Amino acid sequence: MKIVEDSSPVLTALDRPNSYIGRAVPRPNLKRLTQGRGQYVSDVNLPRMAHVAYVRSPHAHARIVKIDKAAAEKAPGVIAVVTGAELAKVMTPWVGVLTHLKGLKSAPQAPIAVERACWQGEAVCAVIARTRAQAEDACELVSIDYKELPAVTDPETALDAKTPVIHAAINDNLCFERKLDVGKVDDAYVSSDAVIETTFRFGRHTGVTNEPRSIVADWNEGEQRMTVYQGTQAPHMMQDLFAKHLNLRHDQVRVVTKDVGGSFGIKVHTYADEMATVALSKLLKRPVKFVADRIESFVTDIHARDHRVRAKIAVQKDGTITAFEIDDLTGIGPYSVYPRTSGIEANQVVNLVGGPYTCANYRAQARVVFTNKNVMCQYRAVGHPIAVAVTEGLVELAAAKIGMDPLELRRRNLIADDAYPTQSASGLKFEKLSHHEALAHLDAMMNYAGLRAEQMKLRQQGVYRGIGFASFIEVTNPSAAFYGVGGAHITSQDGATVKLDAQGNISVHSGITEQGQGAEAVLAQVAASAFGVPIERVRVVTGDTDNTPYGGGTWASRAAGIGGEAAWQAGKALRANVLAVAGAMLQAKPDGLDIRNGIVVDATTGNERLPLEELARVAYFRPDTLPSGVQAELMATRHYVPRGWPFAFTNGIQASYLEVDVDTGFVKLLKHWCVEDCGTIINPQLVDEQIRGGIVQGIGAALFEQCLYDERGQMLNGNMADYLVPMAAEMPDIECGHVVSPTADSELGAKGAGEAGTAGAPACVMNAINDALRPLGAKLLVDMPFTPGKILAALGKV
Amino acid sequence: MKPAPFAYKKARKLDEAVSLLGEHKDARLLAGGQSLIATLNMRLSAPTVLIDINGIGGLGGIAHKNGKIEIGALVRHVQAESNELIAKHAPLIARALPHIAHPAIRNRGTLGGSIAFADPAAELPACLLALDGEIDAAGPKGKRTIRAQDFFKSLFETALDAEEILTAIRVPAAAKDARFGFAELARRHGDYAIVGLAASARGDGKKLSDVRLAYFGVGNTAIRARKAEAALAKGDIDAAVAALDLDPPDDVQATGAVKKHLAGVLLRRVAKELMETV
Amino acid sequence: MSDTGLDIAMTVNGERVAERVDARTTLVDFLRDGLMLTGSHVGCEHGVCGACTVRVNGEIVRGCLMLAAQCDGAKVETIEGLSDAGEIADLQAAFEQRNALQCGFCTPGMIVAAQDLLKGGGVPSRDTIREHLSGNYCRCTGYQAIVDAVESVAKARAGGKT
Repeated sequence: MKIVEDSSPVLTALDRPNSYIGRAVPRPNLKRLTQGRGQYVSDVNLPRMAHVAYVRSPHAHARIVKIDKAAAEKAPGVIAVVTGAELAKVMTPWVGVLTHLKGLKSAPQAPIAVERACWQGEAVCAVIARTRAQAEDACELVSIDYKELPAVTDPETALDAKTPVIHAAINDNLCFERKLDVGKVDDAYVSSDAVIETTFRFGRHTGVTNEPRSIVADWNEGEQRMTVYQGTQAPHMMQDLFAKHLNLRHDQVRVVTKDVGGSFGIKVHTYADEMATVALSKLLKRPVKFVADRIESFVTDIHARDHRVRAKIAVQKDGTITAFEIDDLTGIGPYSVYPRTSGIEANQVVNLVGGPYTCANYRAQARVVFTNKNVMCQYRAVGHPIAVAVTEGLVELAAAKIGMDPLELRRRNLIADDAYPTQSASGLKFEKLSHHEALAHLDAMMNYAGLRAEQMKLRQQGVYRGIGFASFIEVTNPSAAFYGVGGAHITSQDGATVKLDAQGNISVHSGITEQGQGAEAVLAQVAASAFGVPIERVRVVTGDTDNTPYGGGTWASRAAGIGGEAAWQAGKALRANVLAVAGAMLQAKPDGLDIRNGIVVDATTGNERLPLEELARVAYFRPDTLPSGVQAELMATRHYVPRGWPFAFTNGIQASYLEVDVDTGFVKLLKHWCVEDCGTIINPQLVDEQIRGGIVQGIGAALFEQCLYDERGQMLNGNMADYLVPMAAEMPDIECGHVVSPTADSELGAKGAGEAGTAGAPACVMNAINDALRPLGAKLLVDMPFTPGKILAALGKV
Repeated sequence: MKPAPFAYKKARKLDEAVSLLGEHKDARLLAGGQSLIATLNMRLSAPTVLIDINGIGGLGGIAHKNGKIEIGALVRHVQAESNELIAKHAPLIARALPHIAHPAIRNRGTLGGSIAFADPAAELPACLLALDGEIDAAGPKGKRTIRAQDFFKSLFETALDAEEILTAIRVPAAAKDARFGFAELARRHGDYAIVGLAASARGDGKKLSDVRLAYFGVGNTAIRARKAEAALAKGDIDAAVAALDLDPPDDVQATGAVKKHLAGVLLRRVAKELMETV
Repeated sequence: MSDTGLDIAMTVNGERVAERVDARTTLVDFLRDGLMLTGSHVGCEHGVCGACTVRVNGEIVRGCLMLAAQCDGAKVETIEGLSDAGEIADLQAAFEQRNALQCGFCTPGMIVAAQDLLKGGGVPSRDTIREHLSGNYCRCTGYQAIVDAVESVAKARAGGKT
């Protein structure tokens, strides 16, 4: 394990001549994007394609008494107006439960609401017309009688006896509950020098992908086949679900995903309006397009992060942390989202609190309750931002309480770098982490002592700067332990096919998908290195269930570690196949040959023996010249699934340096740092950019973003002017460093890196704000986002 | 989010636009369109006719006459930003302009449109109040001039009649002893202000007179804090803050109490600016 | 109330275009759906995200806040045209090298806005770059790589070729 500078390539056990592993190669698929010639689903145009717009419930909870579609059906350009009852004949409903989340329950959800609308924004009727504008015109003509029902909007009282139950069939508003009690927490409280308690709150968020959710469904009645163009992260999963709920076979469904304008987990879920669009195509026997506009995105894209966590930490004067405890309450929507469920985020919070530390005493309780607000589910870093903010917030409170430097407190409690393999108090298994090395690197990188000195000096001038930290662990490369064991048709394995064409170039077909993080580049780099060609001779194909191996797509930071490993193995396998043919052609031993730079060479001397173009020409066009018994196999497919560890945990540490204007409550972010250990780094620039993007999303959580609801379940700020996403002028420059602890569960040794930035950033910004204001005796700030109003209130100014 | 259908008419002359407004009772005027088209896209408004006035001549000039700076209604924010007359004689407006949204918006948005739309969180209406400006309007009954202090009535409501068109705004050219101050607080650059203050005064050393403090983002319209003005004219900043006669409502960005506090902070900063300008 | 069709004519990326449009069709929808120039993107339809940024008569505008009808007689330029004309080749190369784009959805608008800043010449500070791009939403990059790329192009243009 070594500390790595961003710019120099990494030499690992995988070192091959001309290896791209560890190099900051520009992504090969970028030209089409900078030219404006990408192909996003929202760009797709098919013959006879119709557009659907949905009439959406204005009420958080209402019985749908009557739908009068007569006027709408006659409106200009309208092809059909379809209600939930009518669509139910084409598509079956679903329930978002998994068996390994014991007791998780939810009610069936239909593609278009049938009897009741259960959140403001739920689709209650579909209008299909020749243009989107005409569909919207006709939506205004659909006349719906609603009977408003009481809305459940406060998670704190959702389980009270007098609160209405949203779904009578499942008896109460409890979706999922989990309890954990390990070690001796109560003994620790009694015997510790300090016990600190506080309540953290996290605002509801939404992803605000720049390209809204988009889908084009094309049922071909003649072929009895459904082709769906969808910006999904998991094409095979969607293939399974479309087939299941339309009563089709998998091979009757093809899902195609080319360019995706941002996802971050938003587009890995099953949306009622997208399922409805697919069903409508089958019903109407023509292509149907749905692009969520921004206003409907705010009330239908999954929300996340709405948690209230009561938390406690016990600590000794010498800095030893003796206990963690949490009581987590989260209010999701009226349905657990399908198929990954809305219990996972809380489950992760329980699993992850305290994770970096040696403390063995931990008690946790989490309850997930239904409310009549938009649905909630996995969004980038699922649960980690909550768990890390709670843990790291408590850690810095403890440090302040006993008068110890917050980095020093961490040094005394982080799991030792040589203590592995080990597990967390919650039972998470760690193969190898590097908390201490990462902390030391961060300390040096940010010149911590220098910043503290600067902070002290400026305080005397009435300028209040703060430094905050967050250590964290991060779930990546999930095995079947995440979803498969619970009964979901979500594959944790992945596959790659590498094919040599008749000119000696290769194509890589992979089951992972690209949303901008660089999956295509990673695959090209890995395959080029494993096989032995320059990267310009590699073409990558992803996002097509007809043309890639069965794969899981991209989520939980699995693409590089799992998809990359499959491509690595496939590249190696194809190299062996090609060298077998080369050996036959050259009358040489295959193991004395290698492929480098697109040429078969003598492995020891590097002497060029045979260009790949020539080998391909012979294999494809002159097989008559090959020795008998030699059959060229110029295509290889390999699969990979992690088996050694349920997850490949990564670790990191972040720091935020900021200044609080104590008159206005405004926060100016001065700088941010992250040291991350994600195992073998395939492309350092891509890893760093994932971290930067993730950090800025986390800054959004800490300072800007919240979905605001009133007590009637109406979203109050569902537009881009009122829901504040981070923009360029307020963001800091972010410095990234690395430690490398490869996983032994794969040859590449790569873990994931996509979510680490988002996991740690809210915590360290929160800690920095409290650090800035502590000398002023301000109240603790633990209710995100930290708006100027909240900061002023903590300072006693309002 | 597509607008409801409407007919589009391009007016080539001012009286044509006025008569079209008279003919179509729910028509809207299209100038910059940076607020209008957004509201149409969201179907917050569904006029059946849009009257495009961008082609009307004579409304796009900036002139210095009779001791005043006259700015035609169709002057784009971007033009005003780089205009020397405004920089020299109406520096308060020059200060405010870069805060308006972003370059692509300022390339199309017009000063006339901003004043006529009268968003309570917008900069220019407050500037007009601080400068004791006036607004020219043309309607079926002819032309008239309305003082800024009589122009902003209520939320998005001005003194313009349904068939009147704003044709120009006018502010006094800055006197030699004129002092100006401007500050706004927004969560992100270019956002509508949570609170903002456009201020003018006459100064003699540190002594101020004719103080005008026009706040925006604090109510249904831009408003002057007259009690605070009086206190500031007496030279007492603390008293001015204490006397701030503002009662902002809560909104999604901040509570009224927070806005009031921030108004006080801005007052201190702007007062310092007014008193120290040479 | 019938949909009003209007005949409009303009040049788009140097090509003369004459079409019949609904009055209510925005410029960006006309470009994307009418002319199939899908490089300009729709992200919000209320002028905040900047994904629809194009050039009209040499100035950057929000394509979602202008009607196609307003562009009768105008010179319209989109990312495809700027790209094919070579005007932004250095910006594109810098973005690609520095990975100043991930999903690419904000990128056409971002590059058009960056080019608008750089046409003024000189080397703007990083703060000025951030300010000029403050109306272009990016969810993927966190903006730093974009600032790096724009700064490097500004320096190269100001300093001549290395």
